[in-house]
Amino acid sequence: MTTEPATAGPPASGQPDIAVHLDHVRRSFGDKPALVDLSIVAPAGTITVLLGPNGAGKTTAVRMITGALSPQSGTVRVHGLDPGVDGQAVRRRCGVVSAKPALYDRLSGRDNLAYSADLYGASRDGIVPAAERFGIAQALDQQVGGYSTGMKTRLALARSVLHDPDLLLYDEPTSGLDPESSFAVLDLIHEMAGEGRTIVMCTHLLLEAEGLADQVVVLEGGRDVISGPPAELTRRYWPDTVVRVATTDPTALMSLAGHEGVLGVELDGEGPALVRLDHLARVPDLVEALVATGARVTRVEPFTPTLEDLYFAVRGLRRHAEHAEGGE
Amino acid sequence: MNWFRVRTIARTDLRQLAQARDFWGPMVILGSVFFVFVPLVLLLAITRVGDIQAVQQVSQALDLLPQEAQSAIRGTSDSARTSYALAVYLFAPVAVVVPLTIATAVGATTIVGERERGTGEFLAHSPAALEEIYVGKLIASLIPGYLTTVVGFGLYSLIVNLVVGPKVGGWFFPTSSWWVLMIWVVPPFLALTLAIVVRFSARVKSSAAAQQVAGLVSLPMIISAYSQSTGALFGATESGYIVGLLAWIAALFGLSRGMRSMTRARLLGVADEA
Repeated sequence: MTTEPATAGPPASGQPDIAVHLDHVRRSFGDKPALVDLSIVAPAGTITVLLGPNGAGKTTAVRMITGALSPQSGTVRVHGLDPGVDGQAVRRRCGVVSAKPALYDRLSGRDNLAYSADLYGASRDGIVPAAERFGIAQALDQQVGGYSTGMKTRLALARSVLHDPDLLLYDEPTSGLDPESSFAVLDLIHEMAGEGRTIVMCTHLLLEAEGLADQVVVLEGGRDVISGPPAELTRRYWPDTVVRVATTDPTALMSLAGHEGVLGVELDGEGPALVRLDHLARVPDLVEALVATGARVTRVEPFTPTLEDLYFAVRGLRRHAEHAEGGE
Repeated sequence: MNWFRVRTIARTDLRQLAQARDFWGPMVILGSVFFVFVPLVLLLAITRVGDIQAVQQVSQALDLLPQEAQSAIRGTSDSARTSYALAVYLFAPVAVVVPLTIATAVGATTIVGERERGTGEFLAHSPAALEEIYVGKLIASLIPGYLTTVVGFGLYSLIVNLVVGPKVGGWFFPTSSWWVLMIWVVPPFLALTLAIVVRFSARVKSSAAAQQVAGLVSLPMIISAYSQSTGALFGATESGYIVGLLAWIAALFGLSRGMRSMTRARLLGVADEA
């Protein structure tokens, strides 16, 4: 269930085209639920990042989009097509990089790309340009079994665009890569989004999603917990001005609760507190009030929430809600 | 069915197989032993040692064969008749055992192997239809076994004609029954066995399990093919046609059943129960 209203919904007139629309999708394997009630809307030409811990349902969601798996209830549409009915047409429009690169180790890089080109009905003329684009052209004639993880990822990325798809589905594309290679891969993904392709990417690395995503969908237990553009989501969770305050005596921070202009204080153990204010101009008064209690103020800084803050806040709220439900 | 994609899948599987020397090395040895080494040693021994008692006993045993088979045996001496009978009748099952062994070894891991390597994910997301994947993999499993048989059969024919031919009045092999066996009887037995094996390959969880199942399946198939093909050779050529026809019917039924066992969920390695 969505704890926050999703920003995206079924397309209305004047809204951008919807590339992917999963509507209340359910799917289980035997008695094990994988997707409980998942709704995702990915507008065309945007990067949608599916965030969530292992087992949240990200990979199953990608498999639903291509029609590799079908939902037990709910609907899936890709550019208006049902993958269960028009699977071949949908899959031809998708470029997929799965969590494992899914390459044939005994074949050369060139043969791997040729295999894909032939299966997708694309020209083999695109092999070298695709390989050059992803910096793997020099290793095209080597056996893939001898590639490093980074090279395999680059080859898998090259393979995913070989047939010029308009929807790219990347499942943990930087898994196992060193920071430099990860950065390069993310850069390439960004570049492809700039070409007007729609990208749906799964990751559990929050830093990766930061700055890349036009929209994030946080998944947990097969459900979409929250979705929308990161900036909008953080504004939704922290609509007020927030400052991070640290003192030598954390208990003194609680005295701020009733102070004029203070909307709330969130203590996090012995660490700095998050103080919500009606305006940033209240900060000098805040410091003065703290000093008056005898506490020594060691840090005051504006708090700009990151995707990581958002993610943990959302998950924290969910746990809290579940705990409350369980207690009733 | 897009036959270009079927060919692509089969060709890619075969190309991978060609790279796997650890796989085809033993298979070449197996084919060489059955088609070249054993017949060569046995036929040379019989034709060179002459009419010793053991050969005479085998020659007398030939009287137990059906009349039609007896009248087809060439040669005037015991060693000539014995070597002719062995060349034409004894080694018939070899033509079945070798391709079945090789094809089932390839077929057993064809789907489960994709899953284990993670490449099943690529195929599952590809536009290739399940029937195209199934048939492509079936062809890729069939070709190595049948190719070994054809090459082995050629070598065997050469050996038989060179060793036994001079004793029975010239080159005589392959006989018409052997042509029927190779072209009409062996392929459907191969197809039927593979249809069953590939079907299991889609269902089992590991390559090891697939090999075990393939062993269980191929053994009765080998015995059945052995008896049918030997019977066909001993009888008239017409019975070979009938055996082949029945095998083709069974193979087509097995193939259609096997095709239905393919799902994308199985390529992905996830349980596909609704």
